[in-house]
Amino acid sequence: MPSRKAAPPVVASKIAPEAATRRKPEVKRVTAQEMAAKQRDISVAEFFQKNRHLLGFDNPRKALLTTVKEAVDNSLDACEEAGILPDIKVKIEVARSGDGTMPASPAQAERFIVSVEDNGPGIVKKNIGKVFAKLLYGSKFHRLRMSRGQQGIGISAAGMYGQLTTGKPTKVTSKIEKEGVAHVFEVSIDTKKNEPVEHETSTDKWDREHGTKVTIELEGRYQKGKGSVDEYLELTSIANPHAAFKYVGPEGPPKEYPRGVDYLPAAPREIKPHPYGIELGMLLKMLQDTKSHWLSGFLSSEFVRVSPKVADEICKAAKISPRARPRDVMGKDAEVLYKTLQTTKLMSPPTDCISPIGEKAILAGLYKEIDGDFYTAVTRPPAVYRGNPFVIEAGIAFGNKGFLPKEGEEAPAAAAESELPLENGDEKNGSKRPATLAELRKAARIKEKLAKEEERGPELARLIRFANRVPLVYQQTACATYKAATEVGWRKYGLTQSRGSLPQGSLCLFVHMGSVWVPFTSESKEAIADYDEIRKEIRLALQECGRRLGIHLNKIAKAKYEMSRRDKFALYIKEVAEACGKLKHKYGAVNVEKLKKQLQAVAEKVTGGEDTEAELNRKENAPSDLENTIIVTEKGIEGAVPEGLLPAKTAESAPAEAPAAVEPEKKEVKGKSKTKAKGKGESKPPAKAAQAAVPDDIPIYSGGKQVAGKKVKGKAGAAIQPQARKGGKGKSKQKELF
Amino acid sequence: MVAKAKKTKRDLPEALAKLADEVIAAANKGRTPSLDIPVRSLANVRFNEQKRYIEMGNDKQEREFFNVNMAKKFMQTMCVAAACRQLEDEGKTTSIRDLFYMIKHRIDGSSENTVDDQSESDAVIEDLEVTAQFIREELNLFAENKGALAGEITLVDSGDTIDGRAVGSGGWAIPSIVEQDVIQFKKCSAQFVLLIEKGAVWHRLNQDKFWRKHKCIILHGGGQPPRGVRRLCYRFVNELKLPLYVYVDNDPWGYYIYSVLKQGSINLAFESQRMAVPSARFIGLSSFDPEKYGLDKKATAIGLEEGDIRRAKEILAYPWFQSKEWQKEIHNMLANGAKFELEALTNKSISFVTEEYLPRKIKEKDWLD
Ligand SMILES: Nc1ncnc2c1ncn2[C@@H]1O[C@H](COP(=O)(O)OP(=O)(O)OP(=O)(O)O)[C@@H](O)[C@H]1O
Ligand SMILES: [Mg+2]
Repeated sequence: MPSRKAAPPVVASKIAPEAATRRKPEVKRVTAQEMAAKQRDISVAEFFQKNRHLLGFDNPRKALLTTVKEAVDNSLDACEEAGILPDIKVKIEVARSGDGTMPASPAQAERFIVSVEDNGPGIVKKNIGKVFAKLLYGSKFHRLRMSRGQQGIGISAAGMYGQLTTGKPTKVTSKIEKEGVAHVFEVSIDTKKNEPVEHETSTDKWDREHGTKVTIELEGRYQKGKGSVDEYLELTSIANPHAAFKYVGPEGPPKEYPRGVDYLPAAPREIKPHPYGIELGMLLKMLQDTKSHWLSGFLSSEFVRVSPKVADEICKAAKISPRARPRDVMGKDAEVLYKTLQTTKLMSPPTDCISPIGEKAILAGLYKEIDGDFYTAVTRPPAVYRGNPFVIEAGIAFGNKGFLPKEGEEAPAAAAESELPLENGDEKNGSKRPATLAELRKAARIKEKLAKEEERGPELARLIRFANRVPLVYQQTACATYKAATEVGWRKYGLTQSRGSLPQGSLCLFVHMGSVWVPFTSESKEAIADYDEIRKEIRLALQECGRRLGIHLNKIAKAKYEMSRRDKFALYIKEVAEACGKLKHKYGAVNVEKLKKQLQAVAEKVTGGEDTEAELNRKENAPSDLENTIIVTEKGIEGAVPEGLLPAKTAESAPAEAPAAVEPEKKEVKGKSKTKAKGKGESKPPAKAAQAAVPDDIPIYSGGKQVAGKKVKGKAGAAIQPQARKGGKGKSKQKELF
Repeated sequence: MVAKAKKTKRDLPEALAKLADEVIAAANKGRTPSLDIPVRSLANVRFNEQKRYIEMGNDKQEREFFNVNMAKKFMQTMCVAAACRQLEDEGKTTSIRDLFYMIKHRIDGSSENTVDDQSESDAVIEDLEVTAQFIREELNLFAENKGALAGEITLVDSGDTIDGRAVGSGGWAIPSIVEQDVIQFKKCSAQFVLLIEKGAVWHRLNQDKFWRKHKCIILHGGGQPPRGVRRLCYRFVNELKLPLYVYVDNDPWGYYIYSVLKQGSINLAFESQRMAVPSARFIGLSSFDPEKYGLDKKATAIGLEEGDIRRAKEILAYPWFQSKEWQKEIHNMLANGAKFELEALTNKSISFVTEEYLPRKIKEKDWLD
């Protein structure tokens, strides 16, 4: 900006005096002493205020979601590490506003009380304060292992956000196995020192054996649709079918997301970093922290795929003594060492440290939460990007009848909001100010534009994205998953797709990346960064899913064609048979009805026989030759439905006349409630309530004809299935035993 | 519908029942019913040099019921057969138009009709004729009648005596069924039969009582002569031993009309033996006539169109047009690049045809065989 300083006085004199003064700023020089006077600790509260967008608290709506998410992620992590099948309860209540009034509706509420309760191992008494009220305190940071949490910030940040916006402390109840009582704490954070303050402790008899419950009151906004708590829980339950969720929202009846598989994912192994996967800074830190005395020992013990021999070679190439003390390797040496590590040929890291969700479990998750006719899932073999092992999994839920929810019924509002400054809060000082007219106009324009697009545009596939089993709900288009999904040529598989966009139709695409280190595009962890290796794996996984869908659609199309031929023939059969009747009159009469039946049989034979119906209706025992695929039609369910996945409410409510003796292998089955029928967001009564209300389901197991241990398809079930699915009542699929 | 005079000789119901038998047998065996339908196309006809008419070959096409492209036609064939059987049982005959309405109805449980256009049932009738080996008259069907006659003959039409010399200006309308049981010849003093392509020219000749002066029968078929007219000509030639002259426009269509009369049609080749008149003579208009009879070419010639030329070349290739004279005749038309209508002669004088042209032609035996 040379003009500012170099502006000649002549010019300055010609312009208005205030402008002139503005143009002649005082250039203030600061001395080191003056600066030193200002240098001080930055309080975590200040840090948080400035960086809340990085932590997912950039607006009230997102804050509410982030709070739930941090608590739920922790619960899942804790349960899995302890080897417990998670049972998690989430509750969101409307709280009194700052001025003490009770809002008229949840949509207008400004404060909420979020509580998340799990059956995990609990937290030892002395750590409770630090866990919930000290930033950067956690058990997962100092290790390279696949888990949801990492930094040790999540739940404390949520607690602090609550504390800053409502002044209320975080309430924690925790019970450890075999300790008779639960400890109840109220903790808040000393924002200057980043230290917990325990307000109060007491003990409570809790009916849980063990577990943790955390309650946070915070400023937030409750809204359904994309980016809502409801969606987050639905998605979480898809990618974590081993977990069961109960959700009591601020409005509507409670929801249940039942368990889909009753086994835990394999525990991921902890691994050491691979030289290709570290940054220079990390290397420097490791050199300082190591217990090894020699550089070569450090290399071979702190990294995977570096044998003592390879370590010596690296030292030689870097021209540093293998006997050097790691702590002394600094500056130029460290840089050379880093470069050498990157260029030395090394084996890829072992990939068995990754614990994928698994095809069967993904199927279970999709199947229980999304209504469709066709499901498939693919887990790719593990691969490596920049020294980090990862695995990509993909799935498809497809609905012929188009009953998947349309994304975006509430999306315009959500999208509009994300582009808007906070309506009731200024980021800088937290004070309230109403949105300006210009801002409101802008919001209206955006809404209108989105609404128009909605009206015009075809229904695009819904892409659901996950990283280490955590749903990613923002920044879809920046995500490698989105790029890969739009890159796949879906037309090959019988879908419509315009260039560079997602395929169209009632379709849900599932993509999961599991890795010890998921590369995100930013700290807010909303989109997976676009590495070639990753994108390629995603593409391959989606292509395999697409291929299976294509086979399915092809079969359906062929069957439909055959059926249309058959229908046409059927129309003419009556005419032809009756003509035959007339022609044979008095010339050796003919049984016209019998002839019709015979002709009908021939017509069926030449139009693909029973296979045609089987394809369209899934007649009994029609085989499905698609691997890890479920196909659903009105007549039943086919395919790789994992054992124990398909809970039949019917079995649960089966009356006495369905004696256990008939089906000795019948498993304990659970009700399920799909919340995904059109008009999502509408809460449905939990499965149990629905069961009681739907006695029609009872006859499925009556009759006692089924054979235990075989795939059982009750006829009565066939009749009930479609109603149950369409009716939007507590839906359940009939139990199948494989 | 009109009452039918007499039963046909072969047993029609039995023949039609065979179609049903095929369906029943196939149904019993669990296979697709199919009918063997003789192919009605140029590829499946043959010119019999000896008999000098077109005969049908043995090519057959399977019409399968359970084939999307054929199912409807199959059904229609069965419906038409059943309708013909019904006519037979009731002793009725009907026009092919009526038959269309007899079988047309909405198919149960659909928005589709058995037939939508008469052309569909007409084609099926022809299929049935060749398949069951019964001509449509025997199937109790007739086409709309067309054509008129006047001249030196007395005949009986359904019991009514018709004197050909007293049929007024319109003539006696030739029915579509002219079989022995309907039409009997009573008295004939004609020396020849003249078949004229067009009604208007026939009127000219009838007005001039051409038939009286030249002792003949004149008839026309309103363009392509219908089966009744063709069959009547056949009877005149074969029963009354009269020569037949054909008088048509000088264009490819005229040649074709002559050819159908003489050798039979490709479509209904199987009927040639009872319709074709191999002795029929082409009296005019020849492509050499305008020159010979001093017509005002400028006033009367019509330029050949592309379609005419193509058609003429097709005709040149027909086996039954291979004589030197015919090749010359057709080549000459192509060389002229023009066609002439019968009316061109009127351009000379109103009665040029009756007083000069035809008498001279007959006298000079100026015709083609
Ligand atoms: N429900 C729980 N049950 C048992 N332990 C818990 C629970 N919630 C948190 N913890 C413990 O508290 C630690 C801190 O949690 P926090 O959410 O702050 O960080 P994190 O999960 O390690 O990482 P991130 O910042 O990525 O969430 C965790 O590492 C875990 O050891
Ligand atoms: Mg956490």
